[in-house]
Amino acid sequence: MVKLNINGEIRNIEVDGTTPLLWVIREQIGLTGTKYGCGIAQCGSCTVHIDGQAVRSCVYPVAAVTETQKITTIEGLSEDGDHPVQQAWAELDTPQCGYCQPGMIMASAALLNNQPKPTDADIDAQITNICRCGTFQRVREGIHLAADIGAAKISASYTNASDTTAKAKG
Amino acid sequence: METVKISRRKFVIGSAAAGAGLSMGMALTFASKFALADHHEEMKPEVNAWVVIDPDDTVTIRIARSEMGQGTLTGLAQMVAEELECDWDKVTWEYPTPGENLKRDRVWQSFATGGSRGIRGSHQYVREGGAAARMMLVEAAALEWGVPISECSAAASVITHAGSGKTTTFGKVASAAAKLSPPVEVTLKDPKDWKLIGQPVKRLDTLDKLTGKQVFGSDVVLPGMLNASIKACPVHGGKLKSFDASKAEKMPGVKSVVAVEDNAVAVIADTWWQANTALNSIDIAWDKGESEKISSATIDKMLEEGLTAETKFVGNKVGDVKESYAKAAKTYTADYSYPYQNHATMEPMNATAVWNKDRCEVWVPTQNGESALAAAAEAAGLPVEQCEVYKISLGGGFGRRGQGDYVRQAVAIAKTMPGTPIKLLWTREEDMLHGYYHPITKARMTAALDDDGNLDGLHIRISGQSILATLMAERLGGNMDPVVFQALAPDGDHSISYTVPNLLVDHAMRNTHITPGFWRGVNVNQNAIYMECFLDELAHETGQDSLVFHRNLMKQHPEALAVLETVAKKSGWGKSDGLHRGLSVCKAFGSYVAACAEVTVTDGKLKIHRIVAATDPGYAVNPQQIEAQVFGSFAYGLSAMLYGECTVKDGQIEQENFHTYPSIKIAEMPHVDVTVMPSGGFWGGVGEPTIAVAAPAVLNAIFAATGKRIRNLPLKDQDIS
Repeated sequence: MVKLNINGEIRNIEVDGTTPLLWVIREQIGLTGTKYGCGIAQCGSCTVHIDGQAVRSCVYPVAAVTETQKITTIEGLSEDGDHPVQQAWAELDTPQCGYCQPGMIMASAALLNNQPKPTDADIDAQITNICRCGTFQRVREGIHLAADIGAAKISASYTNASDTTAKAKG
Repeated sequence: METVKISRRKFVIGSAAAGAGLSMGMALTFASKFALADHHEEMKPEVNAWVVIDPDDTVTIRIARSEMGQGTLTGLAQMVAEELECDWDKVTWEYPTPGENLKRDRVWQSFATGGSRGIRGSHQYVREGGAAARMMLVEAAALEWGVPISECSAAASVITHAGSGKTTTFGKVASAAAKLSPPVEVTLKDPKDWKLIGQPVKRLDTLDKLTGKQVFGSDVVLPGMLNASIKACPVHGGKLKSFDASKAEKMPGVKSVVAVEDNAVAVIADTWWQANTALNSIDIAWDKGESEKISSATIDKMLEEGLTAETKFVGNKVGDVKESYAKAAKTYTADYSYPYQNHATMEPMNATAVWNKDRCEVWVPTQNGESALAAAAEAAGLPVEQCEVYKISLGGGFGRRGQGDYVRQAVAIAKTMPGTPIKLLWTREEDMLHGYYHPITKARMTAALDDDGNLDGLHIRISGQSILATLMAERLGGNMDPVVFQALAPDGDHSISYTVPNLLVDHAMRNTHITPGFWRGVNVNQNAIYMECFLDELAHETGQDSLVFHRNLMKQHPEALAVLETVAKKSGWGKSDGLHRGLSVCKAFGSYVAACAEVTVTDGKLKIHRIVAATDPGYAVNPQQIEAQVFGSFAYGLSAMLYGECTVKDGQIEQENFHTYPSIKIAEMPHVDVTVMPSGGFWGGVGEPTIAVAAPAVLNAIFAATGKRIRNLPLKDQDIS
């Protein structure tokens, strides 16, 4: 029995502890957005977040995840599909077949968690997912756009906060 | 063991059966389980086979071809919607099923999705479908109002009577329209009047791909479903000898261990992970047969012999090359080769099947629903009328998913447990071992040059594999495979882009036991390398500028020359800025494409700074999707050039996964500047042509940078320092 905190929910799962997290997510928890591509951490289709960091779940034994660690899958990245990366991807029509995209999006979101304004060199170093359709150009453009959307959001929330403060003072 | 008996009624819903495939996808999407009844309680009013309109004005456009990332469904929907005159914001889509197509006398025509044919192969009849539906809707409104049809018109899903100004919507008259006889004659719009065709509208299928909701074949979940993992004989053509399942059968979750067809073993278990873990514990003895003696070295030797052998298979002949050689000031020869390559779709092969003695159904990501249905029926041992295929989203296709091998396996496995749905999913390793590989070829290029350095004679001898001979021998013409001559043919969609006074293109067919298959671009990939790199060699050999050398041979090929001139100009061909440039041009799949690559090579390390690309597909239905296809074609083509190689040892493919069969990543992907320049008057494909120019442009640029000619791929095996 393992206890997982996945997308904000605590789930008790009866499973062999050596099972990779990917297959627990897909088969026991039933969230199929996270994909199997290679099983050896080469392609990144299985990327999820553990405490905000990108992890290739196909080689991550489920027993290695503690119940206090927060797992986020593509289904839990945002409430309404409006994470800055998802917004940017929609704006640019980034996906082609779409199979690698949950992993690509999770890897990009993790990059932005760590580096809100990544350079092209940061993207080259951090985004190592394989996409056989070849969406890379729009992925790169999408990460930059998502950074702008994220920055705008932060700035908007700052402005709103200032407004509230001003009103409170008034 | 618990099995759930699934009735046909639950899978195929009433008369809206045509939409069952999508409905299943939607049901799975929203509930992650079987909940069809909730989604299809009422029948949608079908105006005709292509157009379904709900009372709320939602327009559902039926798409027969498979969407696998290439954007065809959006483009096809645009074409129907253009003639339908509907509100694009209210458009959605669905796949009719292959079984329904058969029942309705193939009203949707071909489901085959390959050869960049989605749009260029069906533009006429899908536009006619949209136009006919519009005429019926307008007629229904005119009848209701009692006014002449000629006084009524449609725009944005609204029908207006010119005289009275009365209006109604498509949704209000759809039921009445559906009862009318279809028009005998339809007139399509003049391209100059198009409002939607030619617009860079967003894809219809993006949003679910951003949230994990999109259901791919490997995501299918049915009630009571079990999972299977499979291993087939690693040597193609080999057989299963024996296996010891005693240990595997006792492992957690395992329901059964079965022999599949005559060459594979599968484990069926509660979960796929359990099935695969158990499969890996089984000792399997194979009868690998004679092919075990074959290796890359023996294949190479056979192809080498073909370079000089006698052959009758001539794909293109002009003048007499022998006479040209005899009078030539100089002859020049070079040999090229191109390896086996795997498609490596991101989603490994899979299919989910349920078999009963009188019915078999399959959920499968396929490029050809109809051939999947035929494969299912064959494996099920049932008449095709008692089988059905539901097309599920494809995690990549590239030609691989046109084959029915994994469908047959899934049905054979399901047949061992009647009534139980079983999902078969291949491992990446199985996918690498059991591909339908890009065929292997070599080419000997021999040129005759006159005193002024003009190309007077050219012999292209291709030695190597034929896809048709292995997959569809009935299509061979007099034992000759015309597909081998893609981009080198005398005329048609793959005609050669040059006029050479004396030309001979011929093929020594040399087949191996490694199964070849259609592969994004297929034979244009190597043929364009052979042609474009060799022309660059000849230009260099005769001391001419490569662009000028091309121009001289392309006077009678203005469309091809136009794309080449475009990329040369936009890239700044001839500029001295520290970048080294290479050119390439090709006509493939009916379109004209060109590329100029800008590279540097430092200490043997290649950096591709930028690719300038141009495409003339005749009519450009959705320019932003064409751009995406050009990006994708460069990624696929450059990945093939840099890394793509499957080698053979002891009869089997050596590469196992992405660590030994690498794929291009974002860091190596150059920026691509795309010019879409539709000249009108013809319909060319866009999914594949650009692959042809990816590798040769870069290889020519590498020569410009280093003076080294790369004639054998992939580049990872070559020294460019």
